Parts: sequence; structure tokens; C-alpha cells
Amino acid sequence: MRVTVNGQPHETAAATLAELLSELNYDGAVVATALNGEFAPKGQRLNLTVSENDQIEVIAPMKGG
Amino acid sequence: MSLDLYGTSVQSRLLLGTSLYPSPAIMLESLKASGAEIATVSLRRESGTERAGQAFWSLIKDSGVRVLPNTAGCKTVKEAVTTAQMARELFETPWVKLEVIGEDDTLQPDVFGLVEAARILCSEGFEVFPYTTEDLVVAEKLLAAGCEVLMPWGAPIGSGRGLNNLYGLRSLRAHFPKVPLVVDAGIGLPSHAAQAMELGYDAILLNTAVAKAGDPVAMARAFASATDAGRTAFEAEPMETRDMAAPSTPVAGTPFWNN
Repeated sequence: MRVTVNGQPHETAAATLAELLSELNYDGAVVATALNGEFAPKGQRLNLTVSENDQIEVIAPMKGG
Repeated sequence: MSLDLYGTSVQSRLLLGTSLYPSPAIMLESLKASGAEIATVSLRRESGTERAGQAFWSLIKDSGVRVLPNTAGCKTVKEAVTTAQMARELFETPWVKLEVIGEDDTLQPDVFGLVEAARILCSEGFEVFPYTTEDLVVAEKLLAAGCEVLMPWGAPIGSGRGLNNLYGLRSLRAHFPKVPLVVDAGIGLPSHAAQAMELGYDAILLNTAVAKAGDPVAMARAFASATDAGRTAFEAEPMETRDMAAPSTPVAGTPFWNN
């Protein structure tokens, strides 16, 4: 199925958000996630199902003013 | 005297941003030179392979400063709330510098969205530092929403213009004598920071004026001095201004004085 990760199209067979992150090499990374505009807490990623056309944001700390 | 922000006491009244420096090393040196105990940070999309954010986060954690995550770039209530929720998990702090931007040229706050986002976040236990204007009515609504700190702009972000609306800022200070007020954005020179502190503002938040200076570390030191000077001047109660001259040298006994 096709999903969008950080604005880029991505083909995946991952069933959950946790699987998708692992597939994209985020294991061990300090990141926060959102699924279709809603905050997806770290503790829920194993249970959050990924579906066709889902919009996923994976974000990390960055400099800011 | 220390400054209390949501129950956290800090000595420095200068808050510094972490963006736009020539290098990470100069950013760290500038933070140290400024004496700032609070630094603003942000969130951006991360690549699974590059992981630029991880290195930045290690630097900031090692510096020992307390972080104030922002929602920079958010233009809707939904974006700002979700970004704040992600920031709370990442940075492990309930603090958020809430920005809901309403206009691209001036980056001025969408105050309607700001109040709504503040209400949602405060109800979820966030400690919100709203980036706002000097508007008194908006300030009232932010306080009613649960904000305990207000951060009015001096001028548009990154403009370096100083305090654009002196009357408005003075009125805000007079109207809310007990609320911690931080001038956030638009400060270009140490004299602007001193002026805001002389008005009785509690602290200054800036980034570009230090980061884009020819010598950011020296400028950080200058801002620290100016902020301290302004605060000391405020506590010392400045004299009243007047329209006409008033001689400081005693008039009585002036040589050749015949009146």
C-alpha cells in the first residue's frame, strides 16, 4: 500500500506504525510521530494500524528561535 | 531577584534561540556567554538515515540549559496543538512556546487561533508561553485560557527593529503588573533589550540579533549586560521625564545672579 511519510510517497507492507518506523531505519532514533494529523504517542505505535493513503509525520529535535 | 516561570525559578532574564548560528560550536559558546538558562528549540521532519536532529539534541542536553520548544511554522490550531504534543514527548517538558502564525510577511500571530490553541493545550496540562501581540484584550483571553506567562512581540521576528509600539507595551505592563511578560521577537540591539527591561518587562527572548551578529559570542555577552542593566534600572525606579529643563546645579548662590 502507499502512504506518505514526511510529505514523500512510500510503498510499504507494514501493518503498524512501529513496523513502518523500523522499515524506515528509525529504530533507536529520538523521534515523535503523528498519524493523519493526530499525535501518535510512542507507547501506542505498536497498536496503531497503518492504512492506505495515511499521512505520517516523523519529527525530531531541531534548532529554533 | 530571580524570575519565576510556571514555578521554575531562573536567575537570567535572557532567553536565547538556538537557530541561525554560523556553527553548533558558536551556538554553544553564545549560550554560555549569554548566561541564558532557557533556550528555544524546535521540531522538524527527520530522515531515518541522516538523523540530523539527534546530534543537535545531544548538544543541547549536554549544555544543561532548560529547553522551551516552539511551534514555529504552524498556521492552524490543529498543527500547533499536534506539534506541541509531539514536543512534549520528545523534549520531556510541559513547556511550549506557542506560535500560530497568521501572516507570512510579518509572521505576526493569528491571535484568534492562538487563544484557541492555548485553551486546548492548557487544558491538557501544558505550560504555555504564547507568542502574541501587545493587544490587551488578547492578553486577557490568553490568561483566561490558562496561560501564566505572556510573550508579546517587540517587532516582527528577525526584523531587528526593536520596540515598535512602546505605548502598547507600556500599557500591557501597566495592565498586568503581576504577570511575567517576556518581549519575544524583533529585538536587534542590546539597547532595545535594555529599553524593554526598563519598562518593567520580566525577560527578553531573542535569537537572530545574536546569531547573525558578526561576533555572536560577544553580542551574547552584550545582551546579557544590557538585560541586567535594564532590570537594575527598572528596580531603581527611573526619574520622571518632563518637557522643560530643570537645572541640576543649585541656582542659589550662582555668581552674578541678580534676581
